[in-house]
Amino acid sequence: MASLVGSRVERKEDKRFLTGKGRYTADINLANQTYAIFVRSPHARASIKKLNIDKALKSSGVVSILTGKEIADDKIGGLIAGWAIRSEDGTEMKCPGNPPLAKDNVNFVGDPVAVVIAESLAEAKEAAEKVEVDYKVLKAVTSTADAMNGDTIHEGIDKNLCFDWLLGDRQKVKEAFDKADKVISIDIINNRLIPNAMEPRACVADYNAASEEITLYTTSQNPHLSRLIMSAFGNVAPEHKLRVVAPDVGGGFGSKINVYNEDIVCSWAAKKINRAIKWVAERSESFLTDIHGRDHVTHAELAVTKDGKFLGFKNETIANLGAYARVFGTVTPTYLFGPCATGVYEIPAAYTNVKAVYTNTAPVDAYRGAGRPEATYTIERLVEKASMELGIDKTELRIKNFPTAFPFKQTLVHTVDSGDYVAGMEKAKQMADYKGFEARRKESEAKGKLRGIGVTSYFEACGIAPSAAVMSLGCGVGLWESAEVRFNPTGQVTVYTGSHSHGQSHQTTFAQIAADELGVPIENIDIVHGDTDKGTFGMGTYGSRSLAVGGIAIVNACKKIVEKGKRVTAKMLEANPEDVEFKDGEFIVSKSNKKKTIGEVAFACYLPGVRDEMKSPLPEGDEPGLKETSFYDPSNFSFPAGTHIAEVEIDPETGHVKLEKYTACDDFGRIINPMVVEGQVHGGLAQGIGQALYENAEYDETGQLMTGSYMDYTMPRADNFPEFNIGYTCTHATTNPLGVKGCGEAGAIAAPPTVMNAVIDALGGQEVTMPATAEKVWKACKNLKKSNAKAA
Amino acid sequence: MKDFNYHSAKDSKEASKLASSSSAFLAGGMTTIPSMKLGLATYKDLIDIKNIKKLSGIKVSGKSVTIGAATKHVEVSNSKDVKKAIPSLSSLAEGIGDPQVRNRGTIGGSIANNDPSADYPSACIALNATIHTNERKIEAVKFFKGMFETALKKGELIEAIEFQIPEKSSYQKHPNPASRYAIVGVYVAKHKGDVNVAVTGAKSCVYNDKEMSKALSGNFSSSSIDGMDLDSSEMNTDMHASAEFRASLVVTQAKKAVDAC
Ligand SMILES: Cc1cc2nc3c(=O)[nH]c(=O)nc-3n(C[C@H](O)[C@H](O)[C@H](O)COP(=O)(O)OP(=O)(O)OC[C@H]3O[C@@H](n4cnc5c(N)ncnc54)[C@H](O)[C@@H]3O)c2cc1C
Repeated sequence: MASLVGSRVERKEDKRFLTGKGRYTADINLANQTYAIFVRSPHARASIKKLNIDKALKSSGVVSILTGKEIADDKIGGLIAGWAIRSEDGTEMKCPGNPPLAKDNVNFVGDPVAVVIAESLAEAKEAAEKVEVDYKVLKAVTSTADAMNGDTIHEGIDKNLCFDWLLGDRQKVKEAFDKADKVISIDIINNRLIPNAMEPRACVADYNAASEEITLYTTSQNPHLSRLIMSAFGNVAPEHKLRVVAPDVGGGFGSKINVYNEDIVCSWAAKKINRAIKWVAERSESFLTDIHGRDHVTHAELAVTKDGKFLGFKNETIANLGAYARVFGTVTPTYLFGPCATGVYEIPAAYTNVKAVYTNTAPVDAYRGAGRPEATYTIERLVEKASMELGIDKTELRIKNFPTAFPFKQTLVHTVDSGDYVAGMEKAKQMADYKGFEARRKESEAKGKLRGIGVTSYFEACGIAPSAAVMSLGCGVGLWESAEVRFNPTGQVTVYTGSHSHGQSHQTTFAQIAADELGVPIENIDIVHGDTDKGTFGMGTYGSRSLAVGGIAIVNACKKIVEKGKRVTAKMLEANPEDVEFKDGEFIVSKSNKKKTIGEVAFACYLPGVRDEMKSPLPEGDEPGLKETSFYDPSNFSFPAGTHIAEVEIDPETGHVKLEKYTACDDFGRIINPMVVEGQVHGGLAQGIGQALYENAEYDETGQLMTGSYMDYTMPRADNFPEFNIGYTCTHATTNPLGVKGCGEAGAIAAPPTVMNAVIDALGGQEVTMPATAEKVWKACKNLKKSNAKAA
Repeated sequence: MKDFNYHSAKDSKEASKLASSSSAFLAGGMTTIPSMKLGLATYKDLIDIKNIKKLSGIKVSGKSVTIGAATKHVEVSNSKDVKKAIPSLSSLAEGIGDPQVRNRGTIGGSIANNDPSADYPSACIALNATIHTNERKIEAVKFFKGMFETALKKGELIEAIEFQIPEKSSYQKHPNPASRYAIVGVYVAKHKGDVNVAVTGAKSCVYNDKEMSKALSGNFSSSSIDGMDLDSSEMNTDMHASAEFRASLVVTQAKKAVDAC
């Protein structure tokens, strides 16, 4: 049987999605359901003086209106930060309460203060307009850079500072800088982004008064984790009385990790009114209340020798958490950021200091790449600047500082098991025709255009993560993953995974893995996920962990099946278990022609006895049935890496930046399905290029979101991109049996600095902030013209 | 969205009879429906005009192209007749929004709405259009009054837009990257007598730039407007572009248009 791992197996999920048979949360309608509309704060910061629902209650079709008071009276818990981060001085981080419905204060535009539940959506909307809230509007804090100087948002949290965290050794860094020939420094902004999953968030909550069970259908990347949080912290229901189902989910990018206000409120309210409640976000609500991403202000410095050896690195960052600290809000700008900020380089001394601040804006949390795009942007912009200032070719300067041997003990935290950064660089240069760039630059110049080339070499730490490691860093849970492999008596297989697919194609790639491990045709394998009542526990999908953690759990569970199969075969064929080999779905007694197929073995496991032809007594000590479980805890993160190269052409008269060429040469370890990986790379690149050239979440000084719709928030479109030139170097990970590393976030991590390095190269080294919009670039072109004229 | 009455008018007469101070005509609905959904507008009556046969279609005579008000953008962009007579008009239509918008949005709706960054108003000015309504004929220069404001009276229905065929013309848009409306769009048309340089997106309403028109009427070459320093004091500033940038874009797009003629 040919191996399926490594081949372009067509996606099993496509038929359903392409024929309109997907089943998303908004597709779910329950008998006698009601509709919820949330009344949200129109102010970024205010105290609630009075909330009057009398008029609204009289509105037609209203079933119930609940506010922050009721939810507090019922002792329903608030939303939480999942990681406890300590400041440099040893103090614990400071987190404000975040009730699901605000009672006393609102802290960003969109913060919910009440829920209106009615017989129809139109009636709920109409009634919601009649809820009267008397706000005392307070001065909002919106700027990341100035947040520490603003009014105190949350009582008792001085300077709006959640923590002031340090990773690394300041003294060693100082010594390194003292020895440097040159210090390169940079001030950069990592712009705030809105995730914009195609499917807006939604939930349908149902309560069964007889079983006292709440069922919540919700747009989640991690239903078990959501259940745990809602139960342990939200006090909504004990875990065994709360079922969370995340059916088909149309994109997450991190924005659907969190348990949101609406999940808690609808679950709690469904029990209160003893009816099902449905809520579906409108797009404008998604803009306002989905978690946002990035939003860093950074000053960084690199100490170098004159021949280009890196000696030391400093990174001083202010990270905006938004109004509240959420599940991955505090780890994203710390342990997912700091360790990666030294990039793929040997830098003997380094530190990262992060001040995480609260502002009156939507909460900021993990968004595709989470911390690693910010880290990569910092170091790669700095290295590119160093190459300009030192006059050393940008690719050679990088190669000069690559580690030469693996495992590579990185300066701050990680030990990178495997990689070949030089090979990746060389291949990328060839793919991009790096040598031919100067000729292309001249051609552009002849047309009156400016052309630039930009390079990024990145590594990232994903496949999160060893439980012991993350728990020691403050994580509130372990980040293992589970799988259960279940055979039917007639030989088909159901694989339950704790990972969740919201676009990642698990139904296909996981089936490919199981098919290879078990020798069962892929058509006979079903992948089941997304329902706390079906699978064992699962930690969910984020941090490019599904394959490197969830996939390995499947492999391990399959291996246990094979082990049992060997014992059963040995008993049936009167051989020694040690003499039974398993290959392509057959258990063969070595040096004989005696064998059993895995289907026969499965059947035997369910009919453990002897009758007529059927002779399948089970070996002593083995129970009937064929089902195995694995809880896999990885021994390390995994470390994808690669080099990306971009070329842009700029029209100096309009400032328009055209991305002409984009080359991505990535090392994802072993590739299970090249087509799926291409899809992941394309999507990541689109988001990364979007950050560099188009996307920006902008608040005005009163905290109103200026980019609250697609009329103003630029989602990139297909015609914004060139044909992507994609290649791989595949050095297998040594820390897991598949040798896989993870590919979900790489594009979003590498693309922003790659594109910006190209833009800045075209602009003669002038700094522009992301997104490099026409007007900013036009201004830089004017400056360039002026300074060129002066020089001439 | 609040409840409303839906009417489908069979002719112009019925449509204008149904109109009141709390009604709107429903053409493509691309502006009307979203504003109702967002609660920015409420109407008691929506009067659908798409089924009025007379309002759809494209006619080309020796001197002019006449387009029915309910003709969709996609029909204009695909029309061989328009492509032949005024290619720039067809490419303007092709550059509006996205396919979904072009498949529903209409030329009449676009100019009745007179969004300061819409594309068609510039075509009307540059191509000396005449707006035919159920009551009268209005010259384009007198039709566009100000931001979202036109010469239309309550219940007055645009039936067709008649464009004069120029010797040469080109429309060059610098789109808003998000919405793809014009940050600045410049429509240059060279007629027998003179040159029009119609600008949209830059100010609160479309206008004919007299300075550039004059320069180009004298010498129809981009060099005659190169480096022109336009007064930006009345130009729009928003998060996508400052007045200063818009002023520069107007000249740049005008030059591009002349070069493309
Ligand atoms: C996402 C999006 C992107 C867009 N991008 C662009 C763009 O790039 N460039 C651009 O120019 N436009 C753009 N538009 C606008 C679009 O092209 C439509 O032309 C515009 O929305 C109005 O046309 P409609 O036929 O949909 O009118 P409707 O929404 O049906 O009506 C709009 C108004 O016009 C009135 N009206 C309609 N027809 C007549 C008539 N015959 N006589 C009198 N009054 C009438 C109605 O009463 C109503 O007040 C965009 C729209 C959207 C939604």
